[in-house]
Amino acid sequence: MDLSTRYLGLELKNPVVPSASPLSRSLDTARALEDAGASALVMYSLFEEELNEQMMQSAFLHHQDVGYSEAESFLPVHTDPGNGLDRYLEQLHRLKEALSIPVIASLNGISLDGWVENGRLLAEAGADALELNAYYVAADPELSAGEMEQRYLSLLSELRGAVTLPITVKLSPFFSSLGNFVTNLESAGANGVSLFNRFYQPDIDIDSLRVAPTLHLSHPGDTLLAMRWLGLLKGRVGLSLAATGGIHTAEDAIKMLLAGADVTHLCSTLLLHGPKQLHHILTGIAAWLEESPYDSLEQVKGVLAQQHTGDPAAYERASYVKMLGSYEVNRAAWD
Amino acid sequence: MTRRMITLDGNEAAARIAHQTNEVVAIYPITPASPMGEHADAWSAQGKPNLWGSVPQIVEMQSEGGAAGAIHGSLQSGALTTTFTASQGLLLMLPNMYKIAGELSPTVFHIAARSLAAQALSIFCDHSDVMAARATGFAMLASNSVQEVMDMALISQAATLQGRIPLLHFFDGFRTSHEIGKIEEVDSDTVRAMINDELIAAHRRRALNPEHPVIRGTSQNPDVYFQARESVNPYYLAMPGIVQQCMDRFAELTGRHYRLYEYYGAEDAESVLIIMGSGAETAQETVDHLNAHGEKVGLLKVRLYRPFDASAFISALPSSMAAVAVLDRTKEPGADGEPLYKDVLTALAQGVASGESPCSAMPKVIGGRYGLSSKEFTPGMVKAVFDELKTDKPKNGFTIGIHDDLGHTSLVWDEGFRTDASRKAVSALFYGLGSDGTVSANKNSIKIIGECTELYAQGYFVYDSKKSGAVTVSHLRFGPEPIRSTYLIGNDEAHFVACHQSVFLERYDMLDKAETEGVFLLNTTVPTDQAWDSLPRRMQQQIIDKRLKFYVIDAYRVAEESGMGRRINTVMQTCFFAISDILPQEQAIDAIKQAVEKTYGKKGRQLVEMNFRAIDASIANLHQVAIPTAANSRFERKPVVPETAPQFVRDVTAKIIAGRGDALPVSLLPSDGTYPTATSRWEKRNIALEIPEWDEELCIHCGKCPFVCPHGVIRSKVFDPVTAENAPESFKHVPVKGKEFPEGWHISYQVAPEDCTGCGLCVDICPAKDKKNPGRRALNMVPQPPVREQERGNWEFFLGLPEYDRRKLRPNVIKEAMLTQPLFEFSGACAGCGETPYLKLASQLFGDRMMVANATGCSSIYGGNLPTTPWAQNAEGRGPAWNNSLFEDNAEFGLGMRVAVDKQAELARELLQSLRTEIGDERVEALLNAEQGSEAGIYDQRERVTELREILTGIDRSEARQLETLADQLVRKSVWIVGGDGWAYDIGFGGLDHVLASGRNVNVLVLDTEVYSNTGGQTSKATPRGAVAKFSAGGKPTAKKDLAMIAMSYENVYVAQVAYGGKDIQTLRAFIEAESYDGPSIIIAYAPCIAWGNDLAYNHQMQDLAVRSGHWPLFRYDPRRIDLGENPLQLDSKAPSIGYRDFVSNETRFNMLWRSHPENAEQFLHDSQVEALAHYHHYEQLAALSYEKPETEDNKE
Repeated sequence: MDLSTRYLGLELKNPVVPSASPLSRSLDTARALEDAGASALVMYSLFEEELNEQMMQSAFLHHQDVGYSEAESFLPVHTDPGNGLDRYLEQLHRLKEALSIPVIASLNGISLDGWVENGRLLAEAGADALELNAYYVAADPELSAGEMEQRYLSLLSELRGAVTLPITVKLSPFFSSLGNFVTNLESAGANGVSLFNRFYQPDIDIDSLRVAPTLHLSHPGDTLLAMRWLGLLKGRVGLSLAATGGIHTAEDAIKMLLAGADVTHLCSTLLLHGPKQLHHILTGIAAWLEESPYDSLEQVKGVLAQQHTGDPAAYERASYVKMLGSYEVNRAAWD
Repeated sequence: MTRRMITLDGNEAAARIAHQTNEVVAIYPITPASPMGEHADAWSAQGKPNLWGSVPQIVEMQSEGGAAGAIHGSLQSGALTTTFTASQGLLLMLPNMYKIAGELSPTVFHIAARSLAAQALSIFCDHSDVMAARATGFAMLASNSVQEVMDMALISQAATLQGRIPLLHFFDGFRTSHEIGKIEEVDSDTVRAMINDELIAAHRRRALNPEHPVIRGTSQNPDVYFQARESVNPYYLAMPGIVQQCMDRFAELTGRHYRLYEYYGAEDAESVLIIMGSGAETAQETVDHLNAHGEKVGLLKVRLYRPFDASAFISALPSSMAAVAVLDRTKEPGADGEPLYKDVLTALAQGVASGESPCSAMPKVIGGRYGLSSKEFTPGMVKAVFDELKTDKPKNGFTIGIHDDLGHTSLVWDEGFRTDASRKAVSALFYGLGSDGTVSANKNSIKIIGECTELYAQGYFVYDSKKSGAVTVSHLRFGPEPIRSTYLIGNDEAHFVACHQSVFLERYDMLDKAETEGVFLLNTTVPTDQAWDSLPRRMQQQIIDKRLKFYVIDAYRVAEESGMGRRINTVMQTCFFAISDILPQEQAIDAIKQAVEKTYGKKGRQLVEMNFRAIDASIANLHQVAIPTAANSRFERKPVVPETAPQFVRDVTAKIIAGRGDALPVSLLPSDGTYPTATSRWEKRNIALEIPEWDEELCIHCGKCPFVCPHGVIRSKVFDPVTAENAPESFKHVPVKGKEFPEGWHISYQVAPEDCTGCGLCVDICPAKDKKNPGRRALNMVPQPPVREQERGNWEFFLGLPEYDRRKLRPNVIKEAMLTQPLFEFSGACAGCGETPYLKLASQLFGDRMMVANATGCSSIYGGNLPTTPWAQNAEGRGPAWNNSLFEDNAEFGLGMRVAVDKQAELARELLQSLRTEIGDERVEALLNAEQGSEAGIYDQRERVTELREILTGIDRSEARQLETLADQLVRKSVWIVGGDGWAYDIGFGGLDHVLASGRNVNVLVLDTEVYSNTGGQTSKATPRGAVAKFSAGGKPTAKKDLAMIAMSYENVYVAQVAYGGKDIQTLRAFIEAESYDGPSIIIAYAPCIAWGNDLAYNHQMQDLAVRSGHWPLFRYDPRRIDLGENPLQLDSKAPSIGYRDFVSNETRFNMLWRSHPENAEQFLHDSQVEALAHYHHYEQLAALSYEKPETEDNKE
């Protein structure tokens, strides 16, 4: 059965690609993922904040003035605190040497400073593609949606001008007109989009009355939002589409592919169950395809996209009204 | 051949040669020598090899005594071995130095010469340390400049290998060790050419080796010891020649030719000055000037002081010489002259007698002292000495540089005298905050100018002894000739004066230093058109009179807008280059940008771009201010202390605060080092940008804020509201919550606005939140300047309110304990210091009867560094009596206090008995058997003692006179032995162990910052595994020593491990229990420190995470419980509830390792995690043991 797919111009042997996660920090785990059938690997993200923090620490170590006569500094002045970028490049280099599948580097940041240069260094280090993870909470009420989008587009254009590699943009669902924005990204040179980024949400501790960060892994149901947008975009835009967030089973993955994804990204389920889970999912997809009326994955991709369903309302507002009306209340559970 | 020029300081220059030419380096931190060890350690950690391609082993010891022992062993085992030290450190090495020299073991000790502690400790330069080593048998070679340090370090190494005599290579602490100079590098080829491998082979052949064994270190008897001692003479006779040969060989390689005794000046000089060390540079500059202006003077630089080669010395002097002045940078009280003077005198006398002297008759010879503790030594002073030689009866035993109105030893000098050379150099002065990056920016500027131009450069930095709000003054000189001005930039000398903090306008007369038509740069938030008006009147007048160009920049705004936060160093550096005319502006800006790129590299693009933006914005925002024709300012600098201050504070302390301590005459200074306490209250530093404001509506009166305040600036008082009737209108007070206080009484929480450092920890700890707005608490930070005046008045009023009666307070309740007056206040410790809350707590609970033995370290510096002390007094004039002996002996020092107090109390009781008839049985019994375990008991005993004193006046017996001198001892004294972990875990551990074993009633407080904080964050045995510290650049590989467990093993020692940010009530209980225990007590207190690389605003969270992760379990071990059949150990913190990772990931000292050595970091983390759990489990098991007494005949019912 032909599971191959084309994503960002890369020919992949199947549509199952581990997304950015700590799993790629270990060469052994990366090899295990490849052995389990991963067709490509997105590296853990190189975080802008992390680099900034390192830069600040580096600046701090260079300028630890305290102005006190017995101590001009407190931490070893000659210690190079190391550079996250260096280590990232080294790990990329090692992954490229150890694996035969494509390796996609992931940049997580939003400011322009330094990212173009970083992108160029990643390209030089052998990345097969770049995933730009533009994670930004537009909390400033003065910042308009247009300005916000323009930031992403500027960043992308700058990067596009600097590297010839394929670039995909991992997006959050919080855009008022996602279709239009994706079109603009495509015009600015994006080769793909990945739907959707999950924002880690802060939580409130009701005892201490403090706001605290939390980390929850995804759940299978989390796929639906991405599925809808894949269905809406497929065929209307020319770039590659990746589904990410909440894919825990073969069924989840198949739905995404039917909606229009070129690849499906796995993260939480791999963190929970390890590389073997990838194999299970891949086997599940293959088995389903075997049973299905399709000969190849290529035929499957997007068959249930909006443009193909014959029921344009299914992905839009009408279905919402229908669904709400059909909800049956289980009053027995109230007792 | 052109040689590479480098800019570095003296310490680095010495360390570079030492690291290249040795195999083993044994170190221990001590100012100002620590950076040499730090460099060596860092280079080895980076894998930098020595001359033979091998990386030197660095071993940090527990003391300099330990280092000397290790060096001795290493030398005996054939390794090339060195060390770096100073001052007390050198003294601790003395015993081994006799051994090392006695065994003719070649080694070089590099010494940044520093004063010895006498009437006071001083970290600054003189030669009293090296002079104390002159009898050890070590050769002694002096370097006078940074260039010479690098040169002589190599010459020393070559000479010791050849001559077998170990060598002390010394240079002036700070003045040379910390001066940055542009020098010719001694490259590795030169090092290679100077070091003879054959001699190293010979050293190795002499080593102890079981393959061909010998013994050394024998014990000798009267029959041979003397002869054996004389057997070394040929080596000492040969050594000067060897050193000269090495100097000659060095000259062939480098072109720099040194002589053992180097004459400089007029060939027909009549007056000659003889001197060692950095002062020789100033002397040379002055000799040039004087000779150019018609004088005939000369200078003899003594380089090889031991072995003293009298004949080489004599032959170096000119025959024209008629008068000689010998300058010693040391004092030998009681001697009839200082060491160099006496050696010179002897050599001259012998020379004249033997006919070897170039002069037929004995010249006039006088000796004098200069430069003690880095006292300035200027051309004016050199000239004064030459002038003195011209007089008929020149003063012998003179001093120069001070005003001695007591012994009248001092010479008068012309403070305005300047040499031609100093006029040729461009001088620049920078007033900055220690933390604003001024110093690092200036070091960078020196490098830039050094590297981009032919100019020579010199940088010297005057630091503060305060740790919070520290002020640094950078003295930079640039010139076409090598700079020999080893003195600070004086009045009317600076071409460029920069004030990096506008608050300094109120404090320093900085424009006194500006030369005519110089440049003044001010960083201020005041708009350009109002900048002129913001200056004090005197400053305005100086700008007009001296025709200065005046520039302003709002550097904080530029830095902020460029993304640099509050780091203004790049901005101010750019401005300096833009307007100082040292380099063409464009070239200078390019050079700064290149330097930025070099620092952060291609991978640090973000930082580079951020800096570039700041550089460009600096030029755009730098404005010249038009100077009016007349001064119009209405304000002048305020008096340093108010008229109400005590006389000593007005006469002495205030002058030191104002930076005019140099002008204080001898007679005004106490001769035995005794100073008044309670003086920090007079030093209003106003360093906080924001201070807490009390919201009396929200406050629940819990007392946590005064508990945690590191500076004792927030306080609570409960009082009868009648006493507050005349309070200022803005003074806040509300009815106190709680039935334990008299009905209707009020409470006030008040902040000392001018003493607060703005650390914000009081706000952080405040549990009272506004229900409507949980971000708001009962304390909130507000900008200080707008409320300063108002709160100053409120604070004054608050101080005047009566203290609450201590007898009525329950000390084990935080709210009530915090109503007691802190007798430790407004120290110069870092903002947010983790140590000082413990000291303040002890002072609140026991201050009026406390004696403190304080180990050298942070606590001795913020506790006792002039001008002021935070140790205070209560309204009755009682308070802690404090002394610092040394670093290594503190436990013993405190024990001595205890023994003395006990002995005197015993004697007082004996005298009471002998005066029983006169005093009366009842009174004597009451005095002898007084309960003094409570405040009330102590109060009553004091009343009895007062009554006793009255009675004694009427008794005409010698015993009564004796008892009068001892009656105070009838009141219980609380002896506290205080120090840091460097003292308790390392250098003082042997003594501490002995004192704990003594069973005597002392209270030991270990302020555990887990590094040597005072000397700059070196590893101690308290440093936890995986923490990065100096000497552990790759993370400390071994676990922290469990001092508590060691102390508990004695079983009769009260032991507590506390962290007030983890559980304040446990800390409070531990202090009370420890003090009440009639035996040795030790409290090991967790104290977050700036050395960890974190903002101390997170002090409490850091403590909390340390406790919850199991890094710092809280417990108390009280031996009294054993007698009650209870387990003495009580665990006060729960089993680790968070991972060790959660603890370490928050702290820079740990998390930087993830970046520099990720594999180590993971391994250390794993080990620490296992250890933390096991450790807690172990304590848990101990705490669960049954101590029920087995039934015996005695306790059977």
